[in-house]
Amino acid sequence: MTVAVFFGCTFIAFGPAISLFLFTIARDPLRVIFLIAGAFFWLVSLLLSSLVWFITVQVSNKNSATQQRGLLIFGVVLSVLLQETFRYGYYRLLKKANEGLLALSQEDTMPISMRQLAYVSGLGFGFMSGAFSVVNILSDSLGPGTVGIHGDPQHYFISSAFMTLAIILLHMFWGVVFFEACERQRWWALGAVVISHLIVSCLTFVNPHYQGSLIPTYIILSIMAAWAYLCAGGSLRNLKLCLTCKDKDFLLANHRPR
Amino acid sequence: MNTSDSEEDSYNERSALVQSESPTIPSYSQDHDMSLPQETDAKRRRPVSSGLDEPVPVERERAATPDGEEEELTLKYGAKHVIMLFIPVTLCMVVVVATIKSVSFYTEKSGQRLIYTPFEEDPNSVGQRLLNSLLNTIVMISVIVFMTIILVVLYKYRCYKFIHGWLILSSLMLLFWFSFMYLEEVFKTYNIAMDYPTLVMIIWNFGVVGMICIHWKGPLRLQQAYLIVISALMALIFIKYLPEWSAWVILGAISIYDLIAVLCPKGPLRMLVETAQERNEPIFPALIYSSAMVWMVGMADTSNPDRADERQRGEGGARAQEGVESEDDVAQGGRRRYSAEEDLEEDRGVKLGLGDFIFYSVLVGKAAATGGDWNTTLACFVAILIGLCLTLLLLAIFKKALPALPISITFGLVFYFSTDNLVRPFMDSLAAHQYYI
Repeated sequence: MTVAVFFGCTFIAFGPAISLFLFTIARDPLRVIFLIAGAFFWLVSLLLSSLVWFITVQVSNKNSATQQRGLLIFGVVLSVLLQETFRYGYYRLLKKANEGLLALSQEDTMPISMRQLAYVSGLGFGFMSGAFSVVNILSDSLGPGTVGIHGDPQHYFISSAFMTLAIILLHMFWGVVFFEACERQRWWALGAVVISHLIVSCLTFVNPHYQGSLIPTYIILSIMAAWAYLCAGGSLRNLKLCLTCKDKDFLLANHRPR
Repeated sequence: MNTSDSEEDSYNERSALVQSESPTIPSYSQDHDMSLPQETDAKRRRPVSSGLDEPVPVERERAATPDGEEEELTLKYGAKHVIMLFIPVTLCMVVVVATIKSVSFYTEKSGQRLIYTPFEEDPNSVGQRLLNSLLNTIVMISVIVFMTIILVVLYKYRCYKFIHGWLILSSLMLLFWFSFMYLEEVFKTYNIAMDYPTLVMIIWNFGVVGMICIHWKGPLRLQQAYLIVISALMALIFIKYLPEWSAWVILGAISIYDLIAVLCPKGPLRMLVETAQERNEPIFPALIYSSAMVWMVGMADTSNPDRADERQRGEGGARAQEGVESEDDVAQGGRRRYSAEEDLEEDRGVKLGLGDFIFYSVLVGKAAATGGDWNTTLACFVAILIGLCLTLLLLAIFKKALPALPISITFGLVFYFSTDNLVRPFMDSLAAHQYYI
C-alpha cells in the first residue's frame, strides 16, 4: 500500500508538470536553462523568507503555540510576497538579458520570446515550489507508518499531492500572466496575481478542512488557466480550431514530410 | 583503507586541469571557415568549437559571418553545450544520491580514514574538531599540490610512458576493485545471493570493457557511461572515507586551490597548460568527459593531418594524471575519429574534467547523507547546476581557461548550510500544518 500511495501521489503531484516539461521544454536547451534559473530564483526567495522567519522564531517565545502559529502565518505571507518580488526580479533580469542580446545581434527576433520565457520561468518556480512542498512527504509515504494515528487527517498524502499539483500549475499560470502584465504595464493584473497567490496560500490555513482549501484553490486554478490562455494569445476561436484539427497554422508548422 | 596516492592527484588534477585548458584558436577558426558554407544546414551539424580540452562551450565569433545570426546560433550552441554538461552531471549526482539513500555502507562511519586525512575528528569538542578538520584539509591540499607539481615536472621532462603506466594502473584499480566493492555492498543491502564465478564474470567483463572503452576506442555513449560510473564510484569513496567536517572544509579549500592553480601566473596548472601549448600538444584530455566526437578530415585538409596526428599522439602520451581518472585521457585519444569524406565538420562538444563531476557529486551526496532531508539535496543540486551554467557563461565571455569548481561549490555550500539550518525547520513546520507557500 505504501508503494502504491507513493507512486500515486508522485504522479498526481508531478504528472502534468513533468509531461509539460518533456513535451515542450526538454528539447530546447535554452528553455531548460531558463527553467533551472527560475527554480534557482524561487529557491533564493525561499531562503530569504526562511531566514527572516528563523530570526523571528529565535527571538520569540518558543513555548507559546499560538505565537508560533502566528509567526508561521507571517512567514507564509512574507514568503509569498518575496516569491512575487523575485518573479519580478527575474522578469527584469530576463528583459535586460534579452535586450543585451538583441543589441549585440542586431536582429529583430530574440532566440526565445518573452512569452516562452514567462511560461518556462513560471514552470520553474512551480517545479521548485512543488518539489520543496511535497518531496519529503512523498519519501515518508513509502513507509512504514500509519496515517493519522493521533487523530490527524487520514487523507494527508493525497490532499498534499492535489494541492501540490494545483500550486505547480498555478505558478505556471501566474508566470504567464505576470510577465504579460509587466510587458503591457498593467499593474492591476500584477496586483491580481499577487493577491491570488496570497489567497491560495491563506486558504491552506484552514487545512485539514480540505474542502475549504482545495476546492477554492481549484476554482482559482481554472480562472488563472483561462486568463493565462487569453494572455498567451489564445481565444475561443483558436481553441475550437485546435480541437477540431482545423488550425492551419498549427498543421503547417507540424507538417512532417513523408 | 589506504587508497593509493594516484587517486588523490587524479581528482585534483582533473578538476584543475580541465578548466585550465585554453581554447585552440587555430582549430576554431578552421571550424569557422568550414562552417561558412554550411550555415544553412541544420544547426545540429554546425561546428562548435569549445577549445581543445575545455569544459567550455562556444566562443563568440568575430568572423566574417553576419553577427546577428552568428550570435543567435552562438547562444543556441552555448545553451546546447550547457545542456550537454547538465545531463552527465545530473546523472552522476543521481547515481550517487540513489546509492547513498539505499546502500547504507557508504554512510556508515567505520573509523577508517584515508591516509590523507590523518587527524581524527572528535565529536565531543567543537574546537578540537574544527582544528582537526583544518589540519586534515591542509594535509590533503598539500598532497594535491605536491602531486600536481610532480605531474608538471614529469610532463616537462616528457616521461610519458611513466605517466601512461600509472594511469592504466589507477584505472584498473578503479574499474575492478572499487566496482567489486560497490557490487558487494549492493548485494548485501538487497540480500541477493551471488556466487563467486558469476560475480567474477560480471566484474571481469565490466572492467575489461571499461578499460577498452576508456583507454582505446569504444562507442561514445558507453564511454560516457563508464566515465560517469567511475566518477560516481570515486565520489562515493570520498563520501565514505572523509570525516564529516573535513569533507566540507576540503570542498571549500579545493575550490580555492582550483581558482589559484588555474588563474595565477605561477600556478602549476597554468604552467602545465603553457607547456602543452608550447609543444602544441593537447593537455591531458586525461580524465575529461567529452560530450561529442571530434570528426576531422584526416587526408583532405592539408593542415589537419599533422595536427590531428600529433594530437592523437599527444593525447595518448601525455597522460600525466595518475590515478583513476586516467581513463578519460586515454579515452579522449581513442575517441578521435577521422572521417575523410566531408568537409571539416567538427562537433567538438564540450568537455568537463572528471574531478568536477566527483566534487559536485561529493557535495550533493553529503547533502543527501546527512539527515534524511530531500530539500537540501534538491537545493544543492540546483545550486550546482546554476554554478556550472554561470561558469560556462563566464568562459564564453572571457574565452580564457577558468576553473569549474569555485562558483558551483560556493553556491552548493551556501545553499547546503542555509537550507539545512534555515529552510528545513520552516518547511517542516509548514508541512506539519499543511500550509503551502
